[in-house]
Parts: sequence; C-alpha cells; structure tokens
Amino acid sequence: MLEVKGLEVAYGRVKAVKGISFGVESGQVVTLLGINGAGKSTTLRAISGLVPPAAGEIWFDGERIDSLPAHKIVERGIAQSPEGRRLFKNMSVEDNLLLGAFSRKDADGVKRDLDRVYGMFDVLSRRRDELAGLFSGGEQQMLAIGRAMMSQPKLLMLDEPSMGLSPIMTQQIMATIKELRSEGVTILLVEQNAQAALSLADKGYVLEVGNIAFSDTGKALLKDDRVRRAYLGAD
Amino acid sequence: MIARLSAYERVGRFAAIAGAALVLLSVMLPWAYGKRALDDMTYFFGPSPLQLCGAGVAAVCLAALIAGLVALPGRGPTMLCWNDMARVGGIGLAFYVGAVLVAVAVATGGLVNVEAGGWLAFGGAVLAALGGLTLPDSPQATLSHFLTPSWGQIAAIVVAIASALFAAAAAVNQGDVEDFVVFGVWLAAAIFLVRASGVFAWLSLAAAGNRQVLVMAAFVAAFAFPFTQNGSDANMSVAAQVLTFAGTAIGLNIVVGLVGLLDLGYIAFLGAGAFTAAVLSKSAFATLSVDLPFPVVVVISGTVASLLGLLIGTPTLRVSGDYLAIVTLAFGEIFRITMNNLDGTDGPNITHGSNGVPGIPNLNLFGFDFGQSHEILGVTLTRHANYYMLLLVVIALIIVVFTNLNHSRIGRGWVAIREDEMAAEAMGVNTFALKLLAFAGGAFLAGVAGSVKAYTDTSVSPDQYVFLESAFLLAAVVLGGMGTVMGVLIGATILKLLPEKLRFFDDYRLLLFGALMVLMMRFRPEGIIADERRQLEFHDEDEELAEDVETELVVHQAHHNLEGGKRS
Repeated sequence: MLEVKGLEVAYGRVKAVKGISFGVESGQVVTLLGINGAGKSTTLRAISGLVPPAAGEIWFDGERIDSLPAHKIVERGIAQSPEGRRLFKNMSVEDNLLLGAFSRKDADGVKRDLDRVYGMFDVLSRRRDELAGLFSGGEQQMLAIGRAMMSQPKLLMLDEPSMGLSPIMTQQIMATIKELRSEGVTILLVEQNAQAALSLADKGYVLEVGNIAFSDTGKALLKDDRVRRAYLGAD
Repeated sequence: MIARLSAYERVGRFAAIAGAALVLLSVMLPWAYGKRALDDMTYFFGPSPLQLCGAGVAAVCLAALIAGLVALPGRGPTMLCWNDMARVGGIGLAFYVGAVLVAVAVATGGLVNVEAGGWLAFGGAVLAALGGLTLPDSPQATLSHFLTPSWGQIAAIVVAIASALFAAAAAVNQGDVEDFVVFGVWLAAAIFLVRASGVFAWLSLAAAGNRQVLVMAAFVAAFAFPFTQNGSDANMSVAAQVLTFAGTAIGLNIVVGLVGLLDLGYIAFLGAGAFTAAVLSKSAFATLSVDLPFPVVVVISGTVASLLGLLIGTPTLRVSGDYLAIVTLAFGEIFRITMNNLDGTDGPNITHGSNGVPGIPNLNLFGFDFGQSHEILGVTLTRHANYYMLLLVVIALIIVVFTNLNHSRIGRGWVAIREDEMAAEAMGVNTFALKLLAFAGGAFLAGVAGSVKAYTDTSVSPDQYVFLESAFLLAAVVLGGMGTVMGVLIGATILKLLPEKLRFFDDYRLLLFGALMVLMMRFRPEGIIADERRQLEFHDEDEELAEDVETELVVHQAHHNLEGGKRS
C-alpha cells in the first residue's frame, strides 16, 4: 500500500533521514522505533508532504506521491496525527473534528464519521462544544486520533500518541489503536514506548540516526536482544 | 438588621449613602460661575443635561447602597450585585465630578469659577467612592438564573440598543471638547456601573438566544441615527467616516482576525477602490469617465482591489509573520507613491498625481439625489445622512459576507491556519489557496467601501492613504476584538470619533492612542469584545485548570482500577 524507497530528507545542510526504505501492507500495523532524532517524525512529515524529500520515492496505492502538496496527499487517503497532537486549542472539539474532514465533500459521510468518532470517545461526545485546549492530555490525544480518522484515511499515521501521557492514558490510547486495527484501518505508528508499540505491531522497523538498522515482525523484535537492550531497558 | 454589619463597613456604607445623596442634591445648586462652562451649570433648581446625567448615576448608586443594606450578606446571593454597583458607581461619580471641575476650570480660566454646588458634589462623590471601597464583594448575581419570557428578553435587547443609540447621538451632539470629555467620562462610568450589576451577563445570554432580534434592532437603531441629528451635516459626515472606516476594518478583520496574517498596508485596498470609482466617475477630472450604473462601479472597484490583493498576495503569502508585515507595509507605500506618479509626467495620467480626482458628482439612485437634503418625517436628512444610509447598506452586506464566511468550512480553515498552520496543512487544508482567498476577499470588501467613500468625500487624492491610516485600521481591529464584528464596529467608532471630537488634542492624538493600546494590551488583550475562540489564548489559568482536571481524572481512574482489581 505504502512504499518508501531510499527516502532522504534534509533540513538545510543537516540530513535527518539518510535513505530509508520500508513498506506498509494494507490492514497492517507497522511501527517505526528509534530514539529522539532518529528521523521518525521527519519520515512521517515527508510522507504527508509537509517537508519535501531531498531524494527517494514515496508510492501510495500505485501512485508516486512525493511531489504532491500536503492537501492532495490527504485527499489520496493518508492522514496524520502529528507529534505533540497539534490540536486547534482555541476551537471546539467539533470544529477540530470537522477540520479533520476538511478535504471531504460528502456531507452525509462526514456526519456519519462524526457520529462514529463520538461513539468511540464518549468524553468528546459529551463536551463537543468545548474548546479543545481545555481537555486533558489523554483526551486531547483521543481528539487528535479522532480528527485524523475524520478524513476517512486508508492509512493512518500516528506520531507518538503516548507522549506525555500517564500510564493509564497510554493504555487507553493503545486500546484505541487496537480497536482501529480490528476495524481494518492500516496504521503507521511512531512510538517511543517500544513495548506497547511492538505488542501491537505486525511489523517493526528500528531507525538509528536516519537509517533503518534492522526490521522484523513485532513479536520477534520484542524478543530481539538489541531491541530489548536499547528500548526495553533490559541489561 | 444593621447590627450584622461590621463597624468598618457600617461607617463606610453610611458615608457612601450620605455622599451619593449629597451629589444628588447638589445638582439643584449651580456648579459653575459663568455660562460658558459646559452646558450652563449656573441655575438654582435647574440642573443642566450633564448635571442630570451625573444625578442619574448618583441615584442608581444610592439605590444600590440601600438595596445592599436590605439584602444583607449571609442572606445569600441577590438578583443584582448591589455592593459592586455601589462601589463602581462611587468611583465613577468621583471621576465624573472631577472631570466636570477640570472642564469648568479649563473653560472659565480657573477653579475659582467652581461654585459651592460643584464642591459639594465633589465632596459627596469622593465620600461615596471611599465609602464604597469598604463594602465587601457581592456574591454572583442570580439574574442569570432568572428566566424571563422571550418578550421580556426582546424588550431588554431593544432597550439596550435604544440606549446605545441615544448614547451615540448624545456623544456626537456634544459640541465642545469639554462637554464631550465630561460626557465620555460619564458614559464610561455608567457602562461600568451597569456591568458591575451583572446585567450584561444576563443580556448577553438573552442576546445569544435572540440573535436575529439583536441584529434587526441594531440596524433599525443605526438607520434611526440620522433622525437624531436633525440637519447637522457635520455630525453625519463624521458618522459616514466612521462607517467607511468600520467597513474597511471588517475586511481587514478577515486577514488579521481570522487568518492571523499581519497586513500593514491594508489602506491601499480602500484607496484602490476609491481611485477606481473616482476615475470611472463623471467628474471633470476623471480620466476613464464612463457611464456605468453605480452598483457596477462598486463591483468593479471591489474587483480591482481584490486583483491587487492577488497580485501582492501570490508572491508574499508564502512568507509569513514578520516578513509579510514588512512586505505589506512597503506595498501600502508603493501604492500611494504610484498613485502620486500616475500624473502624466512620471507616468500615464490616470490619477492627476497629488491633486487626485476632485469634483466627483453626487450619486443619483432611482431618482434619489444624494446631494440634496431631504425632509423625511419632519426631520432634515442632509447630504452626508444620505451617504450614511448608503454606507449602512454596504456595511450590512459586508457583515453578511464576513459572518457567512466565518461560519463556513472556509472560515474554519482560516482559523485553523491562524491556530497552527502546519497542523492545518496536515489536515488537508490548502493553506496557500485559503490565505490568498482571504487576502483577495478582504481587499474586495475594502474596495467596495472605497468606491462609496469616493462619492461621499467627492474627491480622492493619494495623501489620504498613508501608512498611519493602515495602522489605525489595525488598531481598530485589535482594540475592538479580533475576529468579531461587534468589537471591530466599536473599535472603529472609538478610533474615528475620538479624533474628530478631540481636535483640541490633535498634536497628542498619537500619544493618546499609543497609551490606549498599551493599556488594552495590559488589561484586556482580547479586545473590548472577545472572540469565543480566542479567549483561551489570553488566559493561562484555564490551562492550569485543564491540568488539574487531568490529575483528578487520573486519580479517579486509578481508584477505579484498584477497586476493580479487588473485586475480581
């Protein structure tokens, strides 16, 4: 479904991503692991068209998308819940969700998806007219995921959904991702919480300073010594 | 009953009652020696209108003091915040009487010309202010819980709008600087007094429930305004200027208030509209004089302005923030200089350079001659009153366009760009196209306002479109409240009316506005009327509140899980 081939991204003279390749199959949950600065978020931004790639190709559903503007990529069916959530804090929950559906023209479908998101997250449904900035971190993350879902994406990219959340909230968010997977949504997940991410993932890629060091299935990576030492705190 | 007051408050409250009563009685005495001072405060038992205004505040203040005495603390919340009213009223009275004394001294050459009545009033006012400070805060007024029938709410809205109309008419009708200042101080005191009572909170609820009534009443009042200015063309000229300015400011509000782009050269779009209309007019100096119906001219003017917006926007909207401000600032100046140079020597003769296009003939729509005074309902509507009416129609259209855009999908996209442009882009908002649309749309509205301005002023010249005007437009938007229509109308009125009425302060005008802006940024950064979407931005406490809620939630959840664990 998504094919990234030799992707390079540079901020000025600094190369943040140095030629990585990976793929996401339809219906899979794929996770990118790596420490801060490994280039995970930059990779997602490049896929979304928010930063231009310096080299390499990005293919989605048989179409090359790496030179398309961001709004065209959303129209193709890739949604991103960005790092740090990036909600519109001074807008209501409903406005945030409707912005997620900005690229869509089918009013009925938007209404249906709005109800679906409200069905998934009760707290959003009850407080839909309140400003997003007034919500707790976990609730804001739910809203961020819900907002990304509103564009009816074929591929949902989540950037550090558990960042800054309490363990309980993290559990809830992971449960939500599991639920989305069971509904057949394809997910590209970037996480620092390797344990949680790998137990969900069909496939994992480990990034080290802009390169993919190795990859395997989620279960295998959980048992992999290198991963256990670097990310799971094992000696 | 009185025994339950603390000794401190008892002294204060009775001092305040005595003070307010003193002010009330003093209006029966002359306050000034010399008829020139304010509106003639020299009569025994014949208070002048300005004295009566003060007496009104004193009476309300007195009533609040007594009502506060009857509804003692401990008996629960009251319908209005009596103590707050009394305190604010006392302070307002002190400012008002103080302003009167200063005005008398200025007008007659010294405080010697203040009569005993004036000093009595001042003593009373100071007593009322000091006494009021001892009163405890009122509990929140219960008026908001009080459900009135819908006709009651509608009546309240009509009364509020009518009061605003009378206040505006009275303010414009104050002839002298001193009168205007004293009236302004009194008006501010009265507004703060009503606000302290808690009535505004109730009124805004009523207004939210009857939005159409509010809008209708506001427009009826605006149309009624010329009828309060029987035959005074000078006042209507000011009013017409206010409307032009307000219409342009609403256009700027799209760019600044909704999308968050800083445009420092916006006056150029007003100028583009005005020059287009002037050049197309039947003036002897018009270079492209064609016989077109006025509505067509309006549309052409708007289109020319919006094309200019596209021209400047296409290359510059990719930069943001400070860079955009600099580019637009330069653009505004380039526009003015270009208009100066299209004079036949430095370039083709289109605008007659610095002379501009004078002698634009009056409009004649459907047989209605805008140049003549018309007698309607026994009131003379002067030339400027005619244009005022026309401008009102234009501004109504501008407001309709603005509100519809604001509440549409496009408006949502605009606000999202202002909030977080990167996130908006990630949501699939075509940020460049939307910013360009805002630029062109705002410019169109300014161009439309400009075309009417050309006919209202009868002449258009480049020196009317200097940077300072752009700065004032921006100030009107910021002062009134970014992203709101009501706020910008109020901001525009204040910024246009004050300099007209305070010609005396002309040299210090900028200093005064600078001080006003600094004070606003310090005490009410969201502007006079706050946009609901923006309030949070300026109040960090609420984010702390959000964190508190989260902590509570986590604790609650943890408890829940523990209990669940025990049970299983």
